[in-house]
Formats: sequence, structure tokens, C-alpha cells
Amino acid sequence: MIRPHRSHPLWFAFLLHRISGLGLALFLPVHFYMLSLAITAPERLDRLLRFTDLTIVKLAEFGLVFLLAVHLFGGLRLMALEFLPWSPHQKTMASMAVALAFMVSTSFFLKAI
Amino acid sequence: MMKRISLLTSDTQMMTVSIWREEENDGRFEDYQVPARENQTVLDVVAYVQQHIDPTLSYRFACRVGMCGSCAMMVNGAPRWTCRTHVSKVVSNDRLEVGPLRNLPVIKDLATDMDPFFEKWVAAEAVFHPSATRDDPMAAITPDDPMRIAASEAIECINCAVCYAACDVVENNPDYFGPAALNRAWSLVNDSRDAGQDARLAAVGSNGGCHNCHSQQGCVQYCPNELNPTLSIAGLKRETTKAMFRWSR
Repeated sequence: MIRPHRSHPLWFAFLLHRISGLGLALFLPVHFYMLSLAITAPERLDRLLRFTDLTIVKLAEFGLVFLLAVHLFGGLRLMALEFLPWSPHQKTMASMAVALAFMVSTSFFLKAI
Repeated sequence: MMKRISLLTSDTQMMTVSIWREEENDGRFEDYQVPARENQTVLDVVAYVQQHIDPTLSYRFACRVGMCGSCAMMVNGAPRWTCRTHVSKVVSNDRLEVGPLRNLPVIKDLATDMDPFFEKWVAAEAVFHPSATRDDPMAAITPDDPMRIAASEAIECINCAVCYAACDVVENNPDYFGPAALNRAWSLVNDSRDAGQDARLAAVGSNGGCHNCHSQQGCVQYCPNELNPTLSIAGLKRETTKAMFRWSR
């Protein structure tokens, strides 16, 4: 449950950044392992690549691209917050990060299906 | 015209308020019936309970006009200065729940021990170090000096600890100085008369310092004086980063 003192947009931006960061940390080792198959076991890699043609896997990839993009844009937002002169548009920047991430991941999905 | 008096009559609308009662680490919410007046603050309600229902209720207040920073409590789960918080603005589903400030030890009921909060101000070097004596001339600082302007933005803190209670980093890291102490340290970083800048940057860059902040900005959300501790902490992050390059040379 989200406790009352946390129910404001920038706390949710923090939560999204943390969840996307954890999600990517779990995904990346699997990703690198799969890439390594190109050298160690090419036929297994081909099987896995055929598996990624399934729509349900494309949908999961959409989620991954969203996590990656929202972490990237959210990270840029935090670096701007810390190292550029203060902007009063904090909530706008957080929503821009989500909007851009949605745009990137949806473009990926439309191209993938 | 008849003068309206606020005596409790049989047709007075009543409301339920849940108030945290705690003694020797044994605490729970207890319900009280109080008059539902059109115009009353949360502190009025707490005072009513103490004056008319249970005189053993402990809480802290002083000025009642938002100057002293004594009366902050958790109201329906969010930190508020209770003397300037109208019940009608925060009541949800006819429910009002008043508890002691988060992240501080409870002494009794609604009164918290503020020592850890203020000890962290000292640990963060949020203390003025004079560079002149009384025999020196007054420092001439113009109001349009950029450092003076930056200091002014952070200066109106009333030490109420609302930001400290709003902060999840304080909750999870007992060493973290918290938004108020770091905000004060930032106003001193911008004080050209101060002679303790190196010690201050070392303190705010230490384990409990500014780099713990996750920029959740609960402090900005709830500061009753509309200060921006996240801005101050971002300033400290920049200055400590610059100092790291200076000192490593």
C-alpha cells in the first residue's frame, strides 16, 4: 500500500526509477548470457531468436524497452536536477520522462509486430 | 443580530478523531468525539480533547500562528503544522487521524523527542563559524548579491521537522542528516561571512550527508513554509563534487 505521505507525483517517479533499475539489473545478465550464445552455441541462439518472434514475447520486450527508456530519461532528469540550475518544472520533467519512454517503447512495439 | 457562541449544545454536530496514545513504547490509536466546527484547526481539535475529555493527553505547541515550529504531527498519515492546518482541508471520509511525527522517538502520545533532529544539524555543520570579531566593521552584503539571494531562499525554516517526517531516506538510514539540516547547511554555504566552509563540505559529503538524497521531494511537498530542501541538497551535491576535484589535486 502507498502510505499517504508518499502520494505525490515525484515519489511515484522515484518508485518507477527504482523498479525499472531493479528490472534492468535482473534482465541484463540474461541478455548478456543470450548474446554469448552467438559464440558458444549458435544453434541455441537461433532457437531463442525464433522464440522472440512470438507476440507475447514482443509484448514483454515492449515492457523491457519501456523500463530501459524510462530509466534513461529518468536518470537524465535526476542528473539535470543535481547538476543544472534548479528548474521549477520538476513534475513536468518527470512526466516528460514517462511520455518519452512510452513513445520510444510504443514505436519499438509497432515496428516489431 | 445574535452573537454566535461556541458552547456545546445538544444539537452540535460531532466528529470522531483518532489520536495516538503512547506511554513507555506501548501505543495505539484511540477515538474521541469532538465538535465538528466549521472553522477549526487540527491543533484546536487536539487541544479540545486535552481540555475537555482527557487532560493526560500530551502534545506540543507554543505560538499557534505558524511561527515556532512546535506543533507538527502526522495528520491522516501526512506531516502537517497542526496550528495552520484546517480540519476541513485534510479530513478524508469524515476521518481525522492524528499521530506523532514519523522518524522521531515518541516521548508520550503526540510529543516526540526532537534531540536526534537537532543533533544532526550540528553533525551537518549547519552552524555558523564567524570570520570576524565584534571589533571588525559590519560585512557589507548587498541584497542583490547572488549568494545572498541563494541564502534567502533557504532561510525561512522554522525547525518544525515536517520535512524530516516526510522523508523516506531518513526512515531507512538512521545516519542521514535529513532535509532541514542540509537546507540550513546550504544557506551557510552561501554565507560569505562564514569561515567553516571546508569543514561543512566535508560534513555534508560524509556518510550521513547530501548524497543519500533520492530526490523524492517529499520535503518540498510538505514544507509548510514552501521551502525547497531538494534544491538546497542539489546545491550541496554540486559543491561537494567540485570540492572533491579541488581536494584531490
